[in-house]
Amino acid sequence: MHFLSTMSERLGDGWRALPKPVRWLLTAAFVGFLAILPMLTIPVLNTPDSDFPTLLFDKIGLYVLMGIGLNVVVGKAGLLDLGYVAFFAIGAYTMAQMGVLLHWSFWVILPIGLLLAMVSGMLLGLPTLRLRGDYLAIVTMGFGEIIRITALNTNWLGASRGIPNIPWPSAVGPLDFSDLLNPKPFYWLLLALIILVIFLLRRLDRSRVGRAWEAIREDEDAAELMGVQTLKYKLWAFSIGAGIGGLGGVLFAAKASFISPDNFPLTLSVMFIAIVVLGGSGHVPGVILGAIAVSYLPERLRGFTEYRVLMFGAALVIMMNLRPQGLLPRRVRGRVAVEQPGERIRGEGPENA
Amino acid sequence: MDFHTLTSQFGALTFDGLVLGAIYALVALGYTLVYGVLRLINFAHSEIFMLGTFGALFATRWMHIPVLGDPRTGLSLVVTIVLVCLAGMAVSGVAAVVLERVAYRHLRRRGASRLTSLISAIGASLFLQEAVAIWRGRNYETFPRFLEKKTLFTVFGADVRTDKIIILVAAIVMMWALERFIARTRLGRGIRAVAQSESTSILMGVNIDRVITLTFLLGGIMAGLAGSLNQIYYEQTRFNIGVILGMKAFTAAVLGGIGNLRGALLGGLVLGVVESYGGAVFGASWRDVVAFVILVLVLMFRPTGLLGETMQKARA
Repeated sequence: MHFLSTMSERLGDGWRALPKPVRWLLTAAFVGFLAILPMLTIPVLNTPDSDFPTLLFDKIGLYVLMGIGLNVVVGKAGLLDLGYVAFFAIGAYTMAQMGVLLHWSFWVILPIGLLLAMVSGMLLGLPTLRLRGDYLAIVTMGFGEIIRITALNTNWLGASRGIPNIPWPSAVGPLDFSDLLNPKPFYWLLLALIILVIFLLRRLDRSRVGRAWEAIREDEDAAELMGVQTLKYKLWAFSIGAGIGGLGGVLFAAKASFISPDNFPLTLSVMFIAIVVLGGSGHVPGVILGAIAVSYLPERLRGFTEYRVLMFGAALVIMMNLRPQGLLPRRVRGRVAVEQPGERIRGEGPENA
Repeated sequence: MDFHTLTSQFGALTFDGLVLGAIYALVALGYTLVYGVLRLINFAHSEIFMLGTFGALFATRWMHIPVLGDPRTGLSLVVTIVLVCLAGMAVSGVAAVVLERVAYRHLRRRGASRLTSLISAIGASLFLQEAVAIWRGRNYETFPRFLEKKTLFTVFGADVRTDKIIILVAAIVMMWALERFIARTRLGRGIRAVAQSESTSILMGVNIDRVITLTFLLGGIMAGLAGSLNQIYYEQTRFNIGVILGMKAFTAAVLGGIGNLRGALLGGLVLGVVESYGGAVFGASWRDVVAFVILVLVLMFRPTGLLGETMQKARA
C-alpha cells in the first residue's frame, strides 16, 4: 500500500511544478469530466442494483460534501465529533418544514438551513468545546441522538411518520429540478456547491484561521500559550463544519422529497467519521477518496448483499492496520516540526502516554 | 410533564433505576479500564456485551432449559444462574482479548493515532454485529425464564423482585472483587502502573502486552456478566442489542469520570436512576434525551466527570 502515498506525493510535487495557467486548465478539464460523468456509461464503474447517476448524487456526492465538512472539525481542528449527523438532520428538517409549511423556495431555505446549522453548532460548542477530546466525542454523540429522538417524538416535526411532499427547487436557467427521477440537475448543483466549499475552505486554510486550527490540532496547550484564542477558533471550526453539514441536509431533503428520523441514525455519524479517517484526516483529496470508498464500494458489492456490511467492517479494520494514516494522508508542511505526522486528537506527552 | 408519577412511585423508580444502573456500571467498567490504560475509546465494547448475552443464551440451550418450563428452585437455581453468568463472562472475555489482538495491537505497536484505533474499532463493531446478524438472524431470540420472578417484599413502593436483587448483588460483588484485584494483586499493580505511565512501566520491566491483554479480559468479563444479567432481566437479545446500551454505558463512564473505577459505578447508578426519573416525568420516549442532557450539565460544571480522576489516583 506504500505505493499510494509515494505516488500521491510525486503527483503532488509534479502538480506544484506546473505553471499556474496549466493547473487552472487541468482543473477545469477535470471539473468538466465530473460534470458529464452522469451521462457517460463506463462499464467498470456501473453498479449492479442502483442507477449510477442517482448514486452519484445521493450517496457519493453527499458523502463527499459531508466528509469535507466534518474534515474541518476532525481533520483541521482535531475535535472529535461523533454526532455530525445532527447538523445534516437540522438542514434536512429546515428544508422540509419551511418548504411544506411556509412554501418558501429552496433557494431561500438553503442559506437559512446553513445558518441554522451553524447556530446550533455554536450552541452545542459553547458549553462543550472546553471539554477534552473524549468527553467531546460522547457529548456530540449524545447531541446527534437528541436531535433524532426529538424529531421522532415531536408531532410538529412529523414524528415517526416523517415529512412527505417536500417541494423541489424551482428551475434555474436550464436546470429543471421538477423531475425527481432525473438526478442530474441535483448532481450538478451539488458539484457546484462542493467546488465552492473546497475553494472557500482553501482560502480559509491559508489564513490566520487555518494556522490557528493547525496549532490547536498539534498542541492545544502550546497554542493557547502562544496567544491563540483556542476556544474562539474551535467554535469557528465547529460551526463551519456544522454549516456544511446543514447544507448537505437541505439538498438531501429537497431531492428525497420525504424524510423521517430513520434517515438520521447514529451509524451515519460513524460513517462520516470513517470517511474522514479512512481517507486521510485533514487532507481534502484524501477525504474525497474516503467518501467515494465508503459510499461507492458497498453499492459495487451489491452482489454480496448479505455480506456487505460485514465486509465493510472487516475492510475498515484491515485498511486501518495497513495504512493507519489513511489512504491519502496530509503531508506535514515543512515549517511544522512534529515528530509524528499522524493526526492526534490530543497531544500526548510521554509522561501521560 | 408528569410529576405526579414521580412523587407517587418514587421508591419504585429509584429501585428500578438502580437495577438498570448496575448493568450500565458493569459495562462502563470495560470502557473505563481500557481508557485508563490505553487512553482510547473501545468502541467495540458494546459488541463484547452483545456476545455475552448470546453466551448466556447458549448456556441455557446446552443445559436444555425449555423456554416455557417450570422455574427452578434451590441449589439447581443457583447452579444454573452461576453457569449462565460464567458462560457469558467466558464468551465476552475471550472475545475482548481477540478484539485487542485483531483491532488494536498492531496499531498500538506502530504508534498510530487514537483516531485510527477508533475507526478500527468501529470496523470491528460493524463486523461483529453483522456476523451475529447473519448467523442468528435479525430478530429477537427469547431467553428462557428459569427463575420465578416473584416479589419478595415492598419497600417505599419498590417491588423487590428476585431477579432485581440478583442483578444488584451480582454486580456489586463483581465490582468489589475487581476493585480488590486492581488494588491488591501483582497483576492489578501492573495495570495501575501502565495507567500511570506506559513508558516508565516498560522501563520498570512490566510486560505491557500482558497487562493490556489482562485489561481487555477484565473489561470483557464484566461486560459478559452484564450481558448475562441483562438476559435474566429482559429475556431477549439480538445482534444490535449492544448499540444503545454501549452508548449509555460509555455515557456512564464519562459521567463518573472516565478512567476511574468507582466513577464507573457511580456514573452507572446515577445514570440509571436519572433515566428512570426522567422517563416518568417526560414520558418513556424522552428518557435517552434526559440522560444526555444530564451528561452535558454535569460536564459543564465538572469537566472531568463526577469523581474525575484517573485510575492511578483511585487508590494506590
